[in-house]
Amino acid sequence: MSNNRREIVSRITEDEINDLLLKLQQFLPDSTSRCTKRVSASKILKETNNYLKKLHKEVDDLSERLSQLLASGTITNIDEDAIRTLLNQ
Amino acid sequence: MTDHKNHQIPTAKPSSIKTRFAIKFLRAMNKLNNKNKNNKNTMSEKHKRFLAIRAAAHASMASAVGPRRAWSRAVLRKIPNQQKQLHYSLMNKQRTRRRNIRRNRILLITRGNPNRENYDHEENEDEDEEEEDLRELVPGGKEMDFCRLLNETAHYIKCLRTQVQVMTNILHHSSPSNILYK
Repeated sequence: MSNNRREIVSRITEDEINDLLLKLQQFLPDSTSRCTKRVSASKILKETNNYLKKLHKEVDDLSERLSQLLASGTITNIDEDAIRTLLNQ
Repeated sequence: MTDHKNHQIPTAKPSSIKTRFAIKFLRAMNKLNNKNKNNKNTMSEKHKRFLAIRAAAHASMASAVGPRRAWSRAVLRKIPNQQKQLHYSLMNKQRTRRRNIRRNRILLITRGNPNRENYDHEENEDEDEEEEDLRELVPGGKEMDFCRLLNETAHYIKCLRTQVQVMTNILHHSSPSNILYK
């Protein structure tokens, strides 16, 4: 009897994990092609990791360029209007 | 059963996070700009500036998100002078700790379960390796259980994308062809 309950409990959590993994997959680029095929968990995790590394690298790159921009002295001060136009992009 | 709603992907308002991030980050940049008036351009100064901007970017994003996410709390903990933010996180800690204990108990049962229909049995090792990598990539990832890790990762990715978008916009607007003066 307790065996059954344990199976039920683990099945619910497996479903939750599958659900979360599928949702995570939607956040990854190129996810539309994979809607019908069932992808393994390790593949989703691997793509997630690659995507995260890529995003981190982009932030690093942008930080470097912004740093150069500050150094060259082109930005003196950024005002509220500029922020507003920026955010309306 | 009632735990289901805690596992849903969060409906964060990206527009307001975006606004808060942009303002905080720009303020940080202005601060850095004013500090560096002497304009020394040695390699170490350049590198320091780069590190400062990158740190400001991550800190501004975590600050914009606030203490309601585990990953942002993890980032905020590392920054000095973030005592205000930490106060909220201390209140949340108890609730999450209780929830995590419940979840970990369930997960301990699943972990040993060979009945994983959706995954190849041979790939379980790869999965563990990828999970470890993921825990390294997401702030605070090492202390979370697997379900929470996936949830936090999704939100973290959303925020990183916003971060990249705003920083790119700033860069394009500030390039020599389109200078911002005041």
